[in-house]
Amino acid sequence: MTTALLTLDNVSKNFGGNHAVSNVSFALKEGEIVGLIGPNGAGKTTLVNVITGVQRASNGRIRFVGVDVTEQRPYQAARRGLARTFQIVQPFPAMTVLENVAAGALFGGAQASRAHATEVARQQLEFVGLAGFADRPASALTLAGRKRLELAKSLAMQPKLLMLDEVNAGLNASEIDGALALIRKVAERGITILVIEHLMKVVMSLAQRLLVLHHGQLIADGVPNEIVDDPRVIEAYLGGKFARRLKEMRRHG
Amino acid sequence: MTPTATRLIVFAVWVIVLASVPLWAGNYFVRMAILIAMFSALALSWNFIGGFTGYPSLSTAAFFGLGCYVGALSQRAGVPMVLAWLVATVFVGAFAAALGAIILRLRGHYFAIGSIALVEVTRLVISSWGSLTGGGDGLNVPLVQGGPDAVARTFLAVMLVIMVIVFAVTVIVDRGRLGFGLRCIQQNEDAADMVGIDTTRYKVIAYVLSALFCGTVGAAYASWTGYIDPTDTFSILMTIKVPVMCLLGGAGTVLGPVVGTAVYMLLEEVLWANFLDYNRAILGAVTVLLILFLPGGLLRIDYRALVARVGARSRPSGAAA
Amino acid sequence: MQYLQILVNGIVLGTLYACLAVGFSLVWGVLNVINMLHGSFIILGGYLTFFAWHSFGIHPLLALPFVALVLYGIGYATQLMIINRVVSEPVLTTLTLTFGLDLILYNFMTVYYTATPRRVTLDLGVLELGDIFLPVDRLFGMALALLLTGLLYVVLRGSRIGRAIVAVRMDGAAAALMGIRVDRIYAVTFGIGALMAGAAGAIFSMVFPITSNLTGDFLGKAFVVCVIGGLGSVPGALAGGLALGVIESFAGQFFGPQHAITVGFVLMLVLLIVKPTGLTGIKGYE
Repeated sequence: MTTALLTLDNVSKNFGGNHAVSNVSFALKEGEIVGLIGPNGAGKTTLVNVITGVQRASNGRIRFVGVDVTEQRPYQAARRGLARTFQIVQPFPAMTVLENVAAGALFGGAQASRAHATEVARQQLEFVGLAGFADRPASALTLAGRKRLELAKSLAMQPKLLMLDEVNAGLNASEIDGALALIRKVAERGITILVIEHLMKVVMSLAQRLLVLHHGQLIADGVPNEIVDDPRVIEAYLGGKFARRLKEMRRHG
Repeated sequence: MTPTATRLIVFAVWVIVLASVPLWAGNYFVRMAILIAMFSALALSWNFIGGFTGYPSLSTAAFFGLGCYVGALSQRAGVPMVLAWLVATVFVGAFAAALGAIILRLRGHYFAIGSIALVEVTRLVISSWGSLTGGGDGLNVPLVQGGPDAVARTFLAVMLVIMVIVFAVTVIVDRGRLGFGLRCIQQNEDAADMVGIDTTRYKVIAYVLSALFCGTVGAAYASWTGYIDPTDTFSILMTIKVPVMCLLGGAGTVLGPVVGTAVYMLLEEVLWANFLDYNRAILGAVTVLLILFLPGGLLRIDYRALVARVGARSRPSGAAA
Repeated sequence: MQYLQILVNGIVLGTLYACLAVGFSLVWGVLNVINMLHGSFIILGGYLTFFAWHSFGIHPLLALPFVALVLYGIGYATQLMIINRVVSEPVLTTLTLTFGLDLILYNFMTVYYTATPRRVTLDLGVLELGDIFLPVDRLFGMALALLLTGLLYVVLRGSRIGRAIVAVRMDGAAAALMGIRVDRIYAVTFGIGALMAGAAGAIFSMVFPITSNLTGDFLGKAFVVCVIGGLGSVPGALAGGLALGVIESFAGQFFGPQHAITVGFVLMLVLLIVKPTGLTGIKGYE
């Protein structure tokens, strides 16, 4: 049995009376591609924030590569190999594309010097297909380009686990296909991937396993085929009335 | 020639020019050279926190003033002059380190206000502690032996040495991890966090660097003038002038603070000499014009584009190049 | 001196502080600009009132509306023509700009008015309520301050312009999309800020001697009031002003008058670290 890379044990995050994340427990194994899905407001981004230390868990414990990282700060997460991209991209706008990625390599990826970091950065830019833009300012990229930049920056940090938060938001159909291909290439490098998505087509074609979040709680954890039929999942996405109607329809053949 | 080499050469030339002033000008100009070197060091210091890191610190006067007083009090207690300067440097550095972690949690406006409040509070504390500091009456510092020419030349050398040291530190920071990290923080602090930069540690280091040499300069200034008082040393005017000088040249660049200080102080000198009554107003006007028309500072203007535009305008329309 | 007298002194002083700070708080809260001209606007208002009284025999109460209008005009024009160009820039830029403008204004005031203290002396006597002494000119000033502050509150909540200002403060982009001319609103807001400063100065000239050296002190008090009370709201300025007045009054009694100001600043520093949003909890801008 492969050891778990990331385990969450009863993790909760409360904002005052708002239980954004409630008693979530799951484990990610090395090399997996797992999808984290759920309706808007389910708490997906909050969960990622808690895992990476942007926010502190109210309860529960998080272990990464065997180390308890519940109280870590974001920069520590980065150095440990926990990388994430943002739903709303966060580049360093006035710096060049190359410098952006080099930052990831130098700090998160612990490269020895700026020169080494720049080398690693070039490789990552090749990988994501942005090599031609290396010396342009990050602010000059289109949205699709910036998403690739985020990815390159995260890869430069030599992550063990990469969390992609709504990486397809704002992209058109062909750009999404390109993103999918890229993500598969990343997985081939042996990096464990957690994809947060609400586009079913994307998740279905990528994920080997699905985690479903609803009102901050984990309501399902399994292979895509099972999840699709899971009544709780259907109810969460479509609402109780429609779920019941669906059940009726199925029963009556 | 690499950009760094160009900068080093320009800087070296400027230092030589300043150092040579006693050879071709009288005491008045030597004094001006001392002040230019002094403010250059202050502007270079501010550059670490204000330019590289993007935190609008307005605490320069607090660090300078503390440096003055710690240096002066040390000397009065019998500590040899240069050692007193070192004591002041260490004290101000420790002060900034202790304060930094707390005050750097503030951002933007609140950080600016907090940093100005620091100047006021330090001034008021020094003012009120009359038994130690002489309060509003000020403090006399043991004078350096020698005639005015020799003293002036000595302190010109001192200020130039400090200026060179701060410049050297700037170059090292600019080229290394720290500088890169600070720039990332300035661009997007949250993203810097996520990329693996320990933003708190880096910010505190920048803050301490911005304070350290202000302490040295302050202590040396006290030794030079022989008398300090709270109003002159904790001056709000100075605490805003220093960032303006840096902004004028180009904050976040290596030579910017040096260029900006030189231009500003020479301008100030011309205005003072010719428009004594209105020199503040004109200084104010210069500041306003700077903010409105030179947002990046002198070193960030694309001079080639400017020349091309001017050239195009002076050519009659329709004429071939 | 018994505690009640100290408290009353503090409250009277506090209303004056609230009035002088509310314009500054509005500009900071709505425009995101720290207006270094504020102190000079106050002094200008004071000087204009004094000279109306001294040279033309005009009673300050009559002069006040005119002074307020003049300051409004100056503020409106300054914002529209100069500050609006950089109003969305970071704090150091706008602060330095207003500082530069302040240098100009301060210089002209010093040259024109000289540093001689000026005060409108209305011999109104002292009111005695039991053991409490209340100089009537201060009471008068307090009443005016409260009136003006209240007026501003009513205008902000009730009038169309007032509601536009509040809208811009809450969400400038949304306000623009709704057809509000944000640059004009900025100019109006800054104008109001200058107006309140000038009016406060007019009131002060009846109570204290005015000199241009005081610009820094007034500005400092405005800062402290804003941090204590919160930005961009009239109740906040009132709360902050009263708090500062009372604290200064007691601090002056126990630590000596020269330390009263230090206490205010130290309090401000502490609050910045602990609760920068102030008593009313309205967050300013980062």
